[in-house]
Amino acid sequence: MAKIKYIEHNGKEHVVEVQNGLTVMEGAVQNDIPGIDADCGGSMSCATCHVYVKEDWYDKLPNKEMGEDDMLDQAFEPNSKSRLSCQIMVSDDLDGLSVYMPEKQV
Amino acid sequence: MIKTDVVIIGAGPTGLFCAHQLGIIGLKCEIVDNLDKIGGQCIELYPDKPIYDIPAVPECTGEELTNNLIEQIKPFNFNFHLNDRVQELSNKNDDWIVKTISGKKFQTPNVVIAGGVGSFEPRKFSTKSAEKFDGTSVLYSIKDKTIFKDKSVAIFGGGDSALDWAIELSNNSKVSLIHRRDEFRGAPASVQKIKELSKKNVINLFTKYSIKDVKGNGSLEEVEIKSEEGKSKIIKADYVLGFFGLIMKLGPIVEWGLNLDKKTIPVNTENFETNKKGIFAIGDICTYPGKLKLILSGFHEGALAARGCFKYARPNEKYRFEFTTASSTIKDRLGVK
Repeated sequence: MAKIKYIEHNGKEHVVEVQNGLTVMEGAVQNDIPGIDADCGGSMSCATCHVYVKEDWYDKLPNKEMGEDDMLDQAFEPNSKSRLSCQIMVSDDLDGLSVYMPEKQV
Repeated sequence: MIKTDVVIIGAGPTGLFCAHQLGIIGLKCEIVDNLDKIGGQCIELYPDKPIYDIPAVPECTGEELTNNLIEQIKPFNFNFHLNDRVQELSNKNDDWIVKTISGKKFQTPNVVIAGGVGSFEPRKFSTKSAEKFDGTSVLYSIKDKTIFKDKSVAIFGGGDSALDWAIELSNNSKVSLIHRRDEFRGAPASVQKIKELSKKNVINLFTKYSIKDVKGNGSLEEVEIKSEEGKSKIIKADYVLGFFGLIMKLGPIVEWGLNLDKKTIPVNTENFETNKKGIFAIGDICTYPGKLKLILSGFHEGALAARGCFKYARPNEKYRFEFTTASSTIKDRLGVK
């Protein structure tokens, strides 16, 4: 279980507890947090669950799998702290993680 | 005006199998899709990715699945209207009048929306100033490459479209290629070629840069790019091309008076009809308690929606359930003995 903070582009914060084994994307969708669309349902086939990971957390996350950066190329305004939230698996280690949502997904 | 029993919106696996089921029960349909090819997400997003959860098919790619579905509906000779998008739905007595962007019109008692997560459209630059030149000198696809002859062209993107066009246009134009990171997702041979051309100064390559602004009085003159550290550069450009892949938009579907739940359409699970009589929704675009976004669920939904269509297409006939193994009528429709 990890407490994850989702920060909307307008600054509105949502802190929720997400079960281990779910993804950060699923944590947002299941809690009706706006700003993450996840059109493809987590199959890494779209780029609509794009988030910016808070600086100090970015390096602590497991590395990106092959293909994630390719999808991020197609995201809205990606930067060096961009991740697809469907590819971040929640575990106890992620307790306290903050992710920022982009202005929009599509 | 084309009269038919059913118009299917979306030629992905769900739409294709629904067409099959309509053919089996003796109904006609017309299939409209915004893409220029059949297959939907399977063909546009993951043609080469293996799928492992199609019943009785241990493994197949999106492309193989699509080809098999096309093969399966061949006996029915249904028409496809590709590169076209349904724009408007209106009522006429008990029928729907369906109008497409290209101006086609259908009259039908049934519309099956199998639109996935919406229609595919190119992702555009987020820079406001790019909108002013959209369609004239800021482009997201190329119809006529001769317009770039002897011009300066700034191409953004790191996939095959960006790389292939950079290589192609570098023959007759001054090409700059700009990508947000060092790695490209295009074919290795193209990446190699780009690096060679960059070394020979045929192409100006800017990696770890993205667009900041486009400028010009009347016509486009230059594009400003920025690095993540905030460094910026000005590139002379008559044209700016963006190849960031496709995004999916629900599009005109939201204007048809259907109940919507986020980006999905609630349906009943008996025949997948929406809140509008004769309009059905199946596949990823529909929602109901327990909905799974699996291709196999789309198949099931399509089979039941087809029976729902029968009621309105043949109001004076009683639908009879038959097996393909036993029914001579079905075998006739399939053209098998």
